[in-house]
Amino acid sequence: MPRSAADTIMSTRLHIDWTRCDGHGSCVELLPDVLTTDDFGFPMPLSHDKEPVIPVRSRVAAGHAVRSCPVMALKIFRKV
Amino acid sequence: MTSPTAPMAAGVRGLLDPDDDRADPGIGRQLSLPELLEALDRSGLTGRGGAGFPTSVKVRAVAGDRRRPVIVGNAMEGEPLSFKDAVLLTRNPTAVLDGLETLGRAMRCRRAILAVHEDLEASSLTAALRGRRTELARLTGGFVAGQESAVVAQLNGGPPKPRDQFRRVTEYGVDGRPTLVLNAETLAHLGRIARHGPAWFRSTGTADDPGTSLVTISGAVHRPGVIETPRGTRLLDAIAPALPIDPVAVLVGGYHGAWVPAADLEVRLSKSALAPYGASVGAGVLHVLGADACPLEIAARVVDYLATESARQCGPCVNGLPHLATAVRRLASGVRDDSLPLEIDRMAHMVSGRGACAHPDGTARFIGSTLTVFHSHVQDHLGGRCPVRRQTRS
Repeated sequence: MPRSAADTIMSTRLHIDWTRCDGHGSCVELLPDVLTTDDFGFPMPLSHDKEPVIPVRSRVAAGHAVRSCPVMALKIFRKV
Repeated sequence: MTSPTAPMAAGVRGLLDPDDDRADPGIGRQLSLPELLEALDRSGLTGRGGAGFPTSVKVRAVAGDRRRPVIVGNAMEGEPLSFKDAVLLTRNPTAVLDGLETLGRAMRCRRAILAVHEDLEASSLTAALRGRRTELARLTGGFVAGQESAVVAQLNGGPPKPRDQFRRVTEYGVDGRPTLVLNAETLAHLGRIARHGPAWFRSTGTADDPGTSLVTISGAVHRPGVIETPRGTRLLDAIAPALPIDPVAVLVGGYHGAWVPAADLEVRLSKSALAPYGASVGAGVLHVLGADACPLEIAARVVDYLATESARQCGPCVNGLPHLATAVRRLASGVRDDSLPLEIDRMAHMVSGRGACAHPDGTARFIGSTLTVFHSHVQDHLGGRCPVRRQTRS
């Protein structure tokens, strides 16, 4: 459920810097409802969006994923 | 590649005709930024470098910034089947430089840079640059080096590789400044719109895709080369001056493009007409496939090339493209494995949208189009025979 009016028009999304990502995999473990792993061990958005939406229930885990990425390849941002 | 051969339709100003600029220098009053933006809006000009994005939107993205921007004319032309920017800069460099400087003055730019590939024969360009403030940058690199963030990276002293685009070059580009990268041909059109007005530009092309484009015609033709053609021209008519030889299909948009089969050559070269094929005019590459070439063999070579042209930065591209190349090669060589098309489709889907640039997406688009348009050819290969090769042997 959206928490506020802003949530209905803004979505929280995950950006992956592919030039940094080396397939460490902690983000896939922390965000099983956003990411899966491809044939080569790299994160793959389940939604096939370039910048997948992070559901409200996964936002705390997403913060952990950003901080635990060893190459700092992840960013969370909000978008209309 | 031979030099351009076919002339432009009568009564239309030729972009490749240098006499035009001498005969009609009329660079009257410099347009202010709001005037230029209005002219670009009304003209409907879109980028001629590949993505086809509305030019006025790109200019606005940088114009909103308080810092003085850097303007880059992009003539890197990394696509092996495209020569139109090189021909334009050889035959009519003035048109490109006028466009770059008109835009640069309107935007009060800090620097105006024309980025060309180091292999470009630039004697006429160097002559045209005399007395101008535009800087010439001779850059290096292959297929992906012309991607706008890769051009910016190289202008900043880095390697010719696309960078992550969380921070766009429009806010953080050359020297850390807001940077506007426009294709060389786009700039030439922009300069002419500023000079002759948007109504003049819209007098050719279609209502939803106005103006002209330079196209590079290659493949099974008697006279390969670069010509200017109005948007909305039938594909059949666009390739006619090059004298095609028994075309089976035309690859529109280059190695990141899509095929239009011979039965559909009446399709018009416009955004909306080409969309159902997954194609776009892009940078204007029209590559004719003749009846004596196996489309899967051509596709295998193209995908192999695209895999080697990866900038080797992004995991899905570094790993996925060589796998795709191997699978397409197996299909082309007649390996009787019925699971190949589904596996290729799955991998193409897997790499899409997962890179700093659109190289995996473009590669996936080309492969998807090949499997769709040459579906029966694929079935023949899976049955252990190639109709083209059998034909040439008999």
